[in-house]
Amino acid sequence: MWEQYAAALPANAWNWSAVWRRNYMAWRKAALASLLGNLAEPMSALFGLGFGLGLMIGQVDGISYIAFLAAGMVATSAMISATFETVYGAFARMHAQRTWDAILCTELTLGDVVLGELAWAATKAVLAGTGITIVAAALGYAAWPSIPYALPAIALTGVAFASLAMVVIALAPSYDYFVFYQTLFLTPMMYLCGAIFPVTQLPIALQRVAEALPLAHSIDLIRPAMLDRDASSVGLHVGVLCIYTIVAFVVSALLLRRRLMR
Amino acid sequence: MLGRVEAAPISRRTIAMEPAPVTPADRGAERVSNVAIDFTAVKKSYGEKVVVDQLSFTVASGECFGLLGPNGAGKSTIARLILGMSSPEAGKITVLGEKVPARARLARRRIGVVPQADNLDLEFTVRENLLVFGRYFGMTAKDVEKITPSLLEFARLESKADARVTELSGGMKRRLTLARALINDPEILILDEPTTGLDPHARHLIWERLRALLSRGKTILLTTHFMEEAERLCDRLCVLEAGRKIAEGPPHTLIDEQIGCPVIEVYGGDPNELCALVKPLAQRTEISGETLFCYAPDPEQVLARLRGRTGLRVLQRPPNLEDVFLRLTGREMRD
Ligand SMILES: Nc1ncnc2c1ncn2[C@@H]1O[C@H](COP(=O)(O)OP(=O)(O)OP(=O)(O)O)[C@@H](O)[C@H]1O
Ligand SMILES: [Mg+2]
Repeated sequence: MWEQYAAALPANAWNWSAVWRRNYMAWRKAALASLLGNLAEPMSALFGLGFGLGLMIGQVDGISYIAFLAAGMVATSAMISATFETVYGAFARMHAQRTWDAILCTELTLGDVVLGELAWAATKAVLAGTGITIVAAALGYAAWPSIPYALPAIALTGVAFASLAMVVIALAPSYDYFVFYQTLFLTPMMYLCGAIFPVTQLPIALQRVAEALPLAHSIDLIRPAMLDRDASSVGLHVGVLCIYTIVAFVVSALLLRRRLMR
Repeated sequence: MLGRVEAAPISRRTIAMEPAPVTPADRGAERVSNVAIDFTAVKKSYGEKVVVDQLSFTVASGECFGLLGPNGAGKSTIARLILGMSSPEAGKITVLGEKVPARARLARRRIGVVPQADNLDLEFTVRENLLVFGRYFGMTAKDVEKITPSLLEFARLESKADARVTELSGGMKRRLTLARALINDPEILILDEPTTGLDPHARHLIWERLRALLSRGKTILLTTHFMEEAERLCDRLCVLEAGRKIAEGPPHTLIDEQIGCPVIEVYGGDPNELCALVKPLAQRTEISGETLFCYAPDPEQVLARLRGRTGLRVLQRPPNLEDVFLRLTGREMRD
C-alpha cells in the first residue's frame, strides 16, 4: 500500500542535486540574459514607483517610501522568479521537452525530480532577491549587514512559491492556465500583503485575509531584516511559510504521480 | 566500464548452442538468477480500455526478446510497466529480482532505456548530455569523463562530442540515446523502437551495435515494427494484439508454425480474379490491397498457372516474419 507512493517521495537526501545541477548547467549558458531579465522588472518598479510615488508620499513607517518599497520588491521578485521558473521552466521540462521522462528512467524518483526543481526555482528566487537587496543597499535604502539575515527569508520565500507553483503545473493542462494563477493569486497578493503599501491601510477584513497569505509572512521577515529593525513573531512567519512549502510539496508530488505515472 | 566488459566477452551464441549440463537440483537456483524480466498475469487499463491483458512472459538474462504488435498493442506500456513508471492493476512483475513497481528504483539502477520518442537535452552538447545523465545515477563528473570516450566510440559519435544535440541527425540522436542508456553499465536494455525513422545505413549500424551488446551478455527487450529487425536480432518474440499475447517463440519457429511454405506475391492484375484462379493450388491465399499472397507448398504449380498472363508481377520468396505478423494481426488495417 505505502510502497505505491514511494515513487512520489525523494529516495534520499541528495538525489535531487543531480536535477539542480542539470538546470544550473542549462542556465549558465544564458546566465547574463537571464539575470538581466529577472532583475529588470523589479528594478524598474522599485525606481519608478519609489521615486515617482515617493515624491508624493514622503515617509512611510518612519522611513522613505523607496526604502519601504525595496523590501516589498525583494519579496515579490523572489515570489515571481520562483513561480515563473516552475510554471514555465519546470513545466516545459515535464511536458514539451520530456526531460523528466528521461530522468524517471534512472535511479531518481519523481520525488527527487520535484525536489530538485524546487531547489532550483528557489535558487533563482535567491538570485533575484539578493540582486535587488544589493542594489538597495548600495543606494543606501537597506543596511549592508542585513543581507545575511534577509537571505534565508528570501530562500524560504522561493521554496514556498515554487512548491505552490508545482501544484499548479501538476493540474494545468497547458501554459494557458498559468495566467489565471498569476492574475487571480499572485497579483492580488502583491497588493494585499504589504509589498507596495502598509497592510494597515487595508480594511480590517482584508487585513485578516492577508495574514493567511504566504507573501505577507515573507515581507514581515524580509522588511525588518533589510531595515535593520527587530522582527516580531519570526517563528510564526517561518512556520507559516514552512507549512505552505511542505503541504504544497506533498500535494504536488502526489498529483504529479497521478498525472505522469499512470 | 565498457572496457571491462569487453575484456571478458561472453559469446551468447556459444552458450545457447552448448548448454551446460544442469542437474535438477541446480535448476531452482539457476532459474532465479537467469530470469531478467518476469511478467505474471499482468493487467493494465486506461479507463475502460484494457491495454495489457493477463500478460505473462519471461525474458532470460542474455536474451534478446522482441515485442511485436500493431500500433496501440501495448508495447510502450509494457516498457513503462517494467520501469515502474506505471503500476499494473493486477499481476506480478519482477525485474532483476526486484519487485516492480515497489522496488523499481533499484531495478532501474541496472537498466538502460531508449524511449520511443527522443528525450535528449537539446540545450546541451553530446558530451554534456552524457555528463548530466550520469549524475542521475550518482556518478561524478570524473566517473563520466572516464567512460565518455568509450561510449562515444561505441555510438560512432567521436567527432560530434562537442556538437549540440540540435545539430545531430536523427540517426546520430538515436545512437546518442543508446550511448546514454549504457552510461550505468546496465544489465538490461529496454529499446522502444530504436530504429524507427532511420535510413537503412543508420539502421544497420544500430543493429550491429545491438549485436555487440548481446555478445557482451546484455539482456535486450526490443519493440519494433521492422520484421527484419526482429528476425535478425531476437532470440524470441512475443506478438501482441490489444494487449494480449497471440504468439510467442523463436522467429524461425513462428515462421515454420504459422506459414511453413514458400510465398508467392502477385500484383498488377485483379487480385480477386487471380485468387479464384490459384486458390485450389495453394494452402492459403490472402489479399492485401492490390497484392495477392499465395502460400503454396508447391509453388511451381501456381507459377505454371499464372504463366502466359501479361502485366503481372510475380515474386516467389521464402516465408518471413512479416507473413507471420500479417497473418496473426490481420492484413487489413483496423482501427
Ligand atoms: N497515459 C495514457 N492514457 C490513456 N491511454 C493511454 C495512455 N498511454 C497509452 N494509452 C493507450 O494504450 C494503448 C497502448 O499504447 P502503447 O503506447 O503501449 O502502444 P504501442 O504498442 O507502444 O503502440 P505504437 O506501436 O504506436 O508505439 C493505446 O491505445 C493508447 O491509446
Ligand atoms: Mg509504442
